[in-house]
Amino acid sequence: MFDRRDLLKGAGLAAMAATLNSTKALALDTVTLPFANGERPLVKYPQKRPMIGLTSRPPQLETPFAVFNDGPITPNNAFFVRYHLSDLPYNLDPDKFTLEVKGKVDKPLKLSLKDIRKMKATEIVAVNQCSGNSRGFLDPRVAGGQLANGAMGNARWRGVPLKAVLAMAGVQSGAKQVTFNGMDGPVSDKTPDFVKALDIDHASDGEVMLAYGMNGEDLPFLNGFPLRLIVPGYFGTYWVKHLNEITVVDNVYDGFWMKSAYRIPDTPNNAVEPGTAPKATIPINRFTIRSFITSVPDGAKLKAGGTTLRGIAFDGGKGIKEVAVSTDGGKTWTNARLGKDLGKYSFREWTLPVKLAAGSYELKVRATGNGGETQPDTPRWNPAGYLRNVVETVRVTVA
Amino acid sequence: MQRTALLAISLALSAAISAVVAAPVNYKIPDEVAAFKPGPNLEVVQGNCSACHSADYINTQPPMKDKKGFWQAEVTKMIKVYGAPIDDADVGKIVDYLAATY
Repeated sequence: MFDRRDLLKGAGLAAMAATLNSTKALALDTVTLPFANGERPLVKYPQKRPMIGLTSRPPQLETPFAVFNDGPITPNNAFFVRYHLSDLPYNLDPDKFTLEVKGKVDKPLKLSLKDIRKMKATEIVAVNQCSGNSRGFLDPRVAGGQLANGAMGNARWRGVPLKAVLAMAGVQSGAKQVTFNGMDGPVSDKTPDFVKALDIDHASDGEVMLAYGMNGEDLPFLNGFPLRLIVPGYFGTYWVKHLNEITVVDNVYDGFWMKSAYRIPDTPNNAVEPGTAPKATIPINRFTIRSFITSVPDGAKLKAGGTTLRGIAFDGGKGIKEVAVSTDGGKTWTNARLGKDLGKYSFREWTLPVKLAAGSYELKVRATGNGGETQPDTPRWNPAGYLRNVVETVRVTVA
Repeated sequence: MQRTALLAISLALSAAISAVVAAPVNYKIPDEVAAFKPGPNLEVVQGNCSACHSADYINTQPPMKDKKGFWQAEVTKMIKVYGAPIDDADVGKIVDYLAATY
């Protein structure tokens, strides 16, 4: 699968790309993310509006942050895209698509999309956030996708509970985990295929879902058409796209993407001293709690007087209890008004009217969850750059 | 009668169209434009790195203090973890290019 010809093809592609660079403009414009080497092209893909281009093969697209001020639901055409491996099923035929359910089950299944759509549907509003969201802000910096805060989104997912599909197949006693594989794969058969696993109890909790619908439409191709896993409250690495293979296993799955990648330090706050390595690690799991100001970008100039600050907050599934805002760099805090509750896994909007006289301000926002979790004043750090949830600061000048 | 036939045809057409619309079975990504910066051993880098990923994977990495150590670790990861078939003789050339160029 991976031979000299492929390598030459790769070189040819690169050479072609070099010539294309001068003759054909893909980039509509560029944006500069607020960290060193943060210049990115704005790129236009089918089914997507102009997005921040991180990489082109495989495609990785970040949502321009201003989108999050438009409402608590992220439009499908603005939803971020993250792939690991370059062999995407660009030519898949949804009529021939089958989801295979196998392993430690009484009755292995092969379900078509029609079969799945005939089952009783459920819906959930849930945030999907890339594990590497905000990695570009780490200090010291680390290798990996250099994202600002736009590798997250909130959508209404429609599909069937994984629990119902597992019940149809009949999970055998002794089952420990369920693994998930999608149609996207590596270019080389030496590269580990992207396969993720959940504990059997988690997989059967009734919330984990196989989704075919997103905000009232089919999933966009780059968000996993025609079927993806939804793991509410968990980082996006588990939300396997183009999902076509579910295997019930009687061990703890030890594939590369579980055993070696997507690990966080096994310490109380899953962080270590910046620049050091953890002694022990565990698989990444639930989101840390976060909140953002969306109405005012960093460095904005505002008119003196009254203005309403607004933004979003979310956590790993307890739900948002309160959001507090500071206009004096964190000395004093005022609770914001929370918007409509779309469910404990959703973005929660917040608003706060403030009056600002002429001067410079550090605006800060801090969420607290129903479980008591809140955001730290100093950023946590780990070698892969996961779980960032420091209290965000937006600096503005008022005149 | 004629109207029914027309209706039938238009229904069939719209079914065909909606089937096409509902099925992005031929998703076209834009042309790849990211390119490697000029530097020593560029062709070795293009030949070894481009089979699996575009150049922007490299271009977007952060500026590190220990460039050589950072890129050596990345190239080692590509070989050991992702199975990149890079000749031993090329490893040093690739690391030198990356450390000198990014």
